[in-house]
Amino acid sequence: MSQTMLDDSAAFDADAEAARHLALQERRGRISMILRYAVLTAVGVLMLYPLIWLIGASFKNNAEIFASPGFIPKDPTLSGYVKGWETSTPYTFGRFFWNTFLIIAPKVIFTVISCAAVAYGFARFQFPGKRILFASLIATLLLPNVVTRIPQYLLFSEMGWLDSYLPLWVPSAFAGDAFFVFMLVQFLRSIPPDMEEAARVDGAKSWQVLIFIVAPMLTPALISVALFQFMWTMNDFLGPLIYLSSVEKFPVSLALKLSIDTSEAFDWNRILAMSVLALAPSLVVFFMAQKYFIEGISAGGVKG
Amino acid sequence: MAQLSIRNLEKIYGGGFKAVHGVDLEVADGEFMVLVGPSGCAKSTTLRMIAGLETISGGHISIGGKVVNNLAPGDRGIAMVFQNYALYPHMKVRKNLSFGLRLAGEKKAEIERRVAEVAEVLEIGPLLDRLPKQLSGGQAQRVALGRALIKKPEVFLFDEPLSNLDAKLRASMRVRITELHRRLKAQGRSSTVVYVTHDQVEAMTMGDRICVMKEGRIMQVADPATLYERPENLFVAGFIGMPEMNLVEAELERGPEGHALRFGDQVLRLGPEQNARIAADAPKAVTLGLRPQHFRLAEPNDPEALAAQVGKVDFLGHEVDAHVTIGGAKFTVVLPVELFREAAQGGTIRLRADENRVHIFDRASGANVSLA
Repeated sequence: MSQTMLDDSAAFDADAEAARHLALQERRGRISMILRYAVLTAVGVLMLYPLIWLIGASFKNNAEIFASPGFIPKDPTLSGYVKGWETSTPYTFGRFFWNTFLIIAPKVIFTVISCAAVAYGFARFQFPGKRILFASLIATLLLPNVVTRIPQYLLFSEMGWLDSYLPLWVPSAFAGDAFFVFMLVQFLRSIPPDMEEAARVDGAKSWQVLIFIVAPMLTPALISVALFQFMWTMNDFLGPLIYLSSVEKFPVSLALKLSIDTSEAFDWNRILAMSVLALAPSLVVFFMAQKYFIEGISAGGVKG
Repeated sequence: MAQLSIRNLEKIYGGGFKAVHGVDLEVADGEFMVLVGPSGCAKSTTLRMIAGLETISGGHISIGGKVVNNLAPGDRGIAMVFQNYALYPHMKVRKNLSFGLRLAGEKKAEIERRVAEVAEVLEIGPLLDRLPKQLSGGQAQRVALGRALIKKPEVFLFDEPLSNLDAKLRASMRVRITELHRRLKAQGRSSTVVYVTHDQVEAMTMGDRICVMKEGRIMQVADPATLYERPENLFVAGFIGMPEMNLVEAELERGPEGHALRFGDQVLRLGPEQNARIAADAPKAVTLGLRPQHFRLAEPNDPEALAAQVGKVDFLGHEVDAHVTIGGAKFTVVLPVELFREAAQGGTIRLRADENRVHIFDRASGANVSLA
């Protein structure tokens, strides 16, 4: 009997000790968590500040933009948006957004199709000269874009494609973006070829395997490719600048510059307002595709 | 008729490495042929050449009398079940089953009828609207089997289909596949099977005949009993049977009363049946082969008894595997459980080998010289 009571009190002591330890650990954990989040929040705000300022400034009037460093406008106005949308050209910004869309849509579609086909070829087929071809593909990754600008310009000029969207579209229809091909090849290499072999045994031809089996398995990676191509094309300034000369064909990236060029005194709030609008499509598309995008990055393993 | 005939088949890879060395194999219509061997023996490569997934470097393969060397896999009249199921991950089970039929442009009603038929046979009806990732291993393998079955192929090819399953499921799938084969055969449908495995239990229990391969060559093709009783060479002898056959270097001596094998300080006199089987030109330097099951405890005064020192003893429930030393050579001996205590004592026991089931192999060539 007394032995049991002794055991009980010893057990009680041990429990109390454990509870004290737990409480201590919990407090320490909470303090360290607060510190961590404080630092992360501070750094995050610091990095986002230019963007926040941009959005705030687009609602200021021109006088205020350079007068105060804060981002909350004292006297919010939409005039930047209204006047900026009208532009100093005969066209509104709507036209430029439409032009951007006309460049982006075919480019994204061509890129996805051509890169998937080329990557499938490199990842799954043996053919003479494959190593050399793949090496030269990768080599173009290392080549600075600027180096090829002049020969490309001359080529497209000879073909009479200047001041049209063709120089922007056509390279992507031939898997001109080596990075995407490389990315898809890597993704394909992580997928075992058994499903494709099963499809071949089921009677599928190579192109049927690509369309019915490979493309669906590549979907997350293809969405990433489309997303990257969308954002890069949206932000591309040099390409349209070189090949397009008529204002009516300008995409948003050129039009933004246009409003700086033509006005004598820059209306910064217009430029900032249009910059905000120009950012919007990329952001919207990114958040819409985010689920698949992350899947594309994380879904490497296929259940064996 | 769907007999499969392989003539002088060769596979040479780009680097000059020869993986398959002139394999000849005939699989009769409706036969269940198992290709078995250790990893790297080119059994899967051979199967993949039959399927058309690997190019053929030499020789030819014909299915139902038609040479298929240059036909696409889909045109060969084969269906294949893969080790990791290889179900199309983005298609529901129903679509997985019907993919081949849809490609072939089969009518919708016919596709539905065949899906239903296969689903019934394999009991996968409730799974038809699931995605492969929602299936367990056994279910996925049944769907993979269904995908092969639905095509009504001339030849079924299996590439280690059970090795991803756990032991219990493997045993039940083994039975299921064997029964399916029997049923197809009874219905008069094409049911020729080539089944690749590295598991000799699968090979022995499922195969009508077994083709044992090593390093791209066929070692022996025979039915399971023949492989076990009359292995043609050292490799087959060591590969088939569990625990492995004891293989010990010995001297073959010819005496007036027949042959005897000397190893260490022990002499094993052969029985009359075995004496008759030994080839006349058998060399002196041989390897003695004796299955662990072919030992028994010797009678107290047996002059032919072998003295065995007992080392480690594995208790398996239904039997005891004792690792013993006889005449300086190591043997594994399977003994009845009742002898467990005696064998476990770590002392010496007296064993009698079954003299008529001793195999004698030419040490130089590895050929069995006791088969005549």
